[in-house]
Amino acid sequence: MSMTDVAKSETTVDHAGGHQTTTGVSNEKMAMWVFLGSECLLFGAFISTFLLYRDRSVKVGPEVADLYDIPFTSVSSFVLLMSSLTMVLALSGIQRGDHHRARTWLLTTGLLGATFVAGQVYEFTTFYKEGLGFTTNLQSSAFYTLTGFHGVHVTIGVLMLISLYVMSLRGKLPTERAETVEIVGLYWHFVDVVWILIFTIVYLIK
Amino acid sequence: MSAAVDQHDVHNSHDGHEAAHEHPSDAKYIQIALILGVITAVEVAAFYIEDTLGGLLMPSLLVMMAMKFFIVVAWFMHLRFDIKVFTILLVSGLILAVGVYSAAMSTFEFFA
Repeated sequence: MSMTDVAKSETTVDHAGGHQTTTGVSNEKMAMWVFLGSECLLFGAFISTFLLYRDRSVKVGPEVADLYDIPFTSVSSFVLLMSSLTMVLALSGIQRGDHHRARTWLLTTGLLGATFVAGQVYEFTTFYKEGLGFTTNLQSSAFYTLTGFHGVHVTIGVLMLISLYVMSLRGKLPTERAETVEIVGLYWHFVDVVWILIFTIVYLIK
Repeated sequence: MSAAVDQHDVHNSHDGHEAAHEHPSDAKYIQIALILGVITAVEVAAFYIEDTLGGLLMPSLLVMMAMKFFIVVAWFMHLRFDIKVFTILLVSGLILAVGVYSAAMSTFEFFA
């Protein structure tokens, strides 16, 4: 079998939705799972750094925990959690060929994500006004790095969702490409899962 | 909309092997989201009754966090229905992260 034949066979999708790749599953989906596995290490590093510096005595500026607005962050967490629901509904819609429904849920997911990011910007602004900057102390650096990196991930997710919405509007997201939505969905759910950890470990556990 | 319409079958053919799996219905997804919402509400409530819970606060928060984690991963990320390789990839990353950072944090605890 020539290299061209191998390349062709690796990208072939059979009529039933399966993939004739060396692993039997889509390479793109496999790659996303490998990426998410590696992301565990990235966020693990940030979470442990925060835990290390959280209990250190703060000599300059306020303590991060003194500035938390738990009711506000709880609502933000709920918003992000519900965006995972709208994401699976979008996937469900496109898998059934209901593109209007898929677009509606994709847009809703993007809006919920944007609401979460807006909440984070508001939180950071409030903390800054209270005298807690990125370089104020080790605690604040660890906090802003962890939550900021998560915010960047959510923002990238929102951009991907908007791209999918535009692609769908232009008719470039047929039912056969439902897996693209599934892969973006995996990323989105992972970002949600990371926030589940951050919300409990950083905000709720004293 | 019937559950039959909601359910999506994916047949994965490779080397004669065929593994079929079904994704949950929309109603099931909504039910799962409600459970997640309730757990979040209980988490926040537990935070405010810290004095009552005492030493139970941290373990209960960690258990609820783990529950939410596994529900999202199993149902929304479809690990419950997908092939085991994906679960292995995620769990490998998690185990590696927990191992490496536990070791790093222990080092700071005992040698700093």
